[in-house]
Amino acid sequence: MSHRLINWFKLSSPYSFFPVAGRLIPWFWALTVLFGIAGLYVGFFIAPTDATQGDSYRIIFLHVPASWMSMFIYIVMAFWAGMGMAFNTRLSSMWALSLAPTGALMAFLSLWTGALWGKPTWGAWWVWDARLTSELILLFLYLGFMALHAAIDEPRRADRAAAVLALVGVVNVPIIYFSVKWWNTLHQGSTISMTKAPSMAQTMLWGMLLMALCFWMYSIVAALIRLRAIILEREAHTDWVLRLPEAAA
Amino acid sequence: MSIATQGEGAIGAVRRSGEGFSMTALTSVLRRDLLLAMRRKAEVLTALFFFLIVSSLFPLGIGPEPALLRKIGPGVLWVGALLATMLGLQRMFYSDHLDGTLEQMVLSSAPLPLLVMGKIIAHWLVSGLPVVILAPILGLQFDLDPGALWILALGLLIGTPVLSLIGAVGAALTLGVRGGGALLSLLVLPLYIPTLIFGAGAVQAHLSGQGAGGHLSLLGALLALALFFVPWATTAALRISLE
Repeated sequence: MSHRLINWFKLSSPYSFFPVAGRLIPWFWALTVLFGIAGLYVGFFIAPTDATQGDSYRIIFLHVPASWMSMFIYIVMAFWAGMGMAFNTRLSSMWALSLAPTGALMAFLSLWTGALWGKPTWGAWWVWDARLTSELILLFLYLGFMALHAAIDEPRRADRAAAVLALVGVVNVPIIYFSVKWWNTLHQGSTISMTKAPSMAQTMLWGMLLMALCFWMYSIVAALIRLRAIILEREAHTDWVLRLPEAAA
Repeated sequence: MSIATQGEGAIGAVRRSGEGFSMTALTSVLRRDLLLAMRRKAEVLTALFFFLIVSSLFPLGIGPEPALLRKIGPGVLWVGALLATMLGLQRMFYSDHLDGTLEQMVLSSAPLPLLVMGKIIAHWLVSGLPVVILAPILGLQFDLDPGALWILALGLLIGTPVLSLIGAVGAALTLGVRGGGALLSLLVLPLYIPTLIFGAGAVQAHLSGQGAGGHLSLLGALLALALFFVPWATTAALRISLE
């Protein structure tokens, strides 16, 4: 048992995680492609055409996973930022930093695909509805996190300042989630519910879940690649980085 | 007595009060910040005139139709209040950071969250409260009826402390950071949005006959939440900035 514990903590150092991250990346790429192909196939060829919205609803196979990931990544980012602040572990803060751009991308994609869906369905690219607005705030929060981090030169101080911001912003994520109940406007209520049977066809649900897995795996890949770059940048002064075959070349 | 010696006097009071009841630490910081603000009246008045001018520009830009003005009035006044609060935020810790007073506060035996609360209350009294008082008068320009003016003032009374509180976290985070002013607005304005929605929404709800109770309650909830979390978050941010 103690042996396993030591192994896990070993991974929390940039030195030992760097090669592990390198080995993990191809596997997560494979999973991304696999889930992507399966999800897109189910979404575009198997799932039936919606009775009221026609084929334009099919963008939810991208929209919903992107929205889920944008919220989920923010929570994960805030978690690692908080861990980095509480335990002063370098890798945690690097994780938080490497997740931020992917999260911002997901928030942007969610808004973009939402607009593409809203035009034929609601007749407007943008409505000032609670969910859309909250997603926009989430995008701003990601941008603020990255801007604050970029503005402070000393990396460790930047990590901790950005962590405070992430933890303050995390209050916003539940507001997004419950906003549907707070303001009762145009946006339809959440389509998937834990308590009652889903109101959509089973295949649609499967397509969405597969796409969500695809986006999830992609986020891990993107974050791992970015994390490796950040590790190299911050540890550039150490011997082990200089001994790397990549650095020698 | 010069401002500098006033500052030292207050710090002395803070140090001494650390041994006694800690509320004196809060009140002495509050008294000192208010005194400093009164010595530099121009800065306080600038924010107020900014609020006045910004909210007067909208009717000029949009047109004088009373029905339209009544509709946009609450939103314009709230955005104006929000921007006016933003103006004073940078000064909350800036000069104290420059002359080392802030370091002394962090080192003093009095609890830092209380000292921070003193500074936040001072900021609200200087930049929030005048806006609350001025807003109903400006509301007359937008043809709001007396009931709506009351709701507007009440909403601002609950909402502007939230703005000062959230702003304090941003001000502490951007302390001594290059490009601090623009960055501060990028960090703080998104967090202001819920306050703006509920604040302006309260007046809209009143005008549409729904009653403003729900919105005002949510504003109150935001205030309670901010009052609980902000002193700690600001303290953490200050300690990071002073590392």
